[in-house]
Amino acid sequence: MRSDPGFYDYWPYHERPKLRWPNGARVAFWVAPNIEFYELNPPANPHRKAWPQPSPAVPGYSIRDYGNRVGHMRQMALLDKYGIRGSISLSTALCDHHPEIIDLCRERNWEFFSHGIYNTRYTYGMSSEQERDMIRDSMETIHRHTGQKCAGYLAPALSHSEETLDLFAETGTELFGDEGGFYTCDLFHDDQPTPINLRSGKRFVSIPYSLEMNDTIAYVVNKVEPRRYGQMLRDNFDRLYQEGAESGTVMCIPTHNYQVSCPHRLRAFEEALEYITGRSDVWVTTGREIAEYYLQNYYDTARADIQAKNATAAREVQP
Amino acid sequence: MSGEKAMSDTKALPPEHLQYPERHYGMDHDLYSWEMLTNRKPVHWQQGKLALWVNVSLQFFPLNQRGLPFPPAGGMTMPYPDLRHFSLRDYGNRVGIYRILRALDKYNIKPTFAVNGELVQRAPYLLHLLRERGDEVIAHGWNMDSPHYGGQSKGVEKELISRTLSSLRKASGQEVRGWLSPGKVHSENTPTLLAEQGVEYFCDWVNDDMPFRFNTNSGALWAMPLSTELEDQFILRNNLHSETSYAEQMEDACRFLLSEAQTQGGRILALNIHPWMLGQPHRIAYLERALEFITAQPGVFSAPAHTLLQQCEQAIVEPA
Repeated sequence: MRSDPGFYDYWPYHERPKLRWPNGARVAFWVAPNIEFYELNPPANPHRKAWPQPSPAVPGYSIRDYGNRVGHMRQMALLDKYGIRGSISLSTALCDHHPEIIDLCRERNWEFFSHGIYNTRYTYGMSSEQERDMIRDSMETIHRHTGQKCAGYLAPALSHSEETLDLFAETGTELFGDEGGFYTCDLFHDDQPTPINLRSGKRFVSIPYSLEMNDTIAYVVNKVEPRRYGQMLRDNFDRLYQEGAESGTVMCIPTHNYQVSCPHRLRAFEEALEYITGRSDVWVTTGREIAEYYLQNYYDTARADIQAKNATAAREVQP
Repeated sequence: MSGEKAMSDTKALPPEHLQYPERHYGMDHDLYSWEMLTNRKPVHWQQGKLALWVNVSLQFFPLNQRGLPFPPAGGMTMPYPDLRHFSLRDYGNRVGIYRILRALDKYNIKPTFAVNGELVQRAPYLLHLLRERGDEVIAHGWNMDSPHYGGQSKGVEKELISRTLSSLRKASGQEVRGWLSPGKVHSENTPTLLAEQGVEYFCDWVNDDMPFRFNTNSGALWAMPLSTELEDQFILRNNLHSETSYAEQMEDACRFLLSEAQTQGGRILALNIHPWMLGQPHRIAYLERALEFITAQPGVFSAPAHTLLQQCEQAIVEPA
């Protein structure tokens, strides 16, 4: 075990090289619907329990199924209304279980990225080979069902190993060269994209995928009231928009169809979407497009700045 | 962290962790079929667009709670005798319910009452009152400390269901066609045992906003979803939201479902409420506020579960 994962170097938020999004936008805004499948009877992972009750765990399983049976269509209608293409964090077994949902999203040119096979299969305890096989299966499944070369990763149920990001990046290269496996949503250390250090040296970035704005974190963990969640989304946007005048920022709303699409929560979500997409200088985009743009235009500048700042600081503090 | 130590000792997970025997079209079980709500035949209610179904859960939490294999939500949490929770829950059946009844009557609500079977012995006056009112009674298990759960002995569960149903059928003078398991948790045998004992629908599954067919080994059973997310005790006790927010959430849910019903066919706004929660003097006004808003919307009507289910069955069974 390590005291620091070593994925990124310290990089102060102020005085960074100025970041400009396409058409001078201040904020790159993306919505990441998690479209998940939870199994009723998953094999018991020795490190994390899937359900609190013996099977059938009706309460937890049934509300998640609500997301797919009922919630998806509601969220999709809202994203359509506000001209937003979702970037789907996908339990890739859903391609087999519910291909209707996959087809609807593919027709809309939404992005699909990997969120593992099932959200009830945790990475904990896997060997490197097992984790690599699982990641490969998920990326191949997306490619087979959608034709997309999976660019991003969010580990299933946010369960990681020390090697997760390396394995994802390497598998992406094996399958798709530079066109696959080049961004992660697993790290919450910044409001701008940042270069990630990998053992392969691959050009790879972290794209802000806010845990704080995640509906499940807000509603289930922090137990936030729906209208307050809507206010939090607008406040989050306001500050990132203000700061985006100096240097471009990223705002993400990670959602779950079983949370945000409940009848008593849609209004707050819709008001936030209307507010955000109604402003000028907002780049409404996808995770992949943000990552590609950043890799192409800012990755090298960022690397050089991080290196220079840390070298200078080290000389000043420890002469 | 003990998990981390165990992890470093383990080289790999057993092979079944990367095997997916249920990875195929549809659900990963055969309890019901996969069907998105929007792909189903729309239901057209006789009385409007949005049905308001209020279910009042009448519960008994025993003082000597065993909590096996899990304690009931809202049950005893202190060392025995936990008088605070026992008496606070009992408050609902003595005081809160009468405030709730007055509020429901004021807005002309036609509720169902989900009743623990043991309440027949504990509060015969209340059961008599329900019988006089004639509202629909559904079974809510024996008491809140008698859970139905995976791995439960089939014989034990069968007796629990039959004791609950016969007690409520006798006391209410009704067939008692509906079931709500305590805590909305049930065993692998529950749906079949319910169908065998004449139950036509159960309310444990929250995976839909409309009724759908459930599979059993013994005859027809419908799932009649009763939202947990909109439940008073989920919002107020579990999430610690304010009473004002409770009322706002009911209003927002009503607005949304009504707008969906305008384009997609009938919907149900299913509110499960507890007299020990909303029947408190400082909360009842917020239930009233929500009911006032909901019942004032054109297109909203109130009906008990079985009435709604009959219309759904007709809509789905009969040709368009």
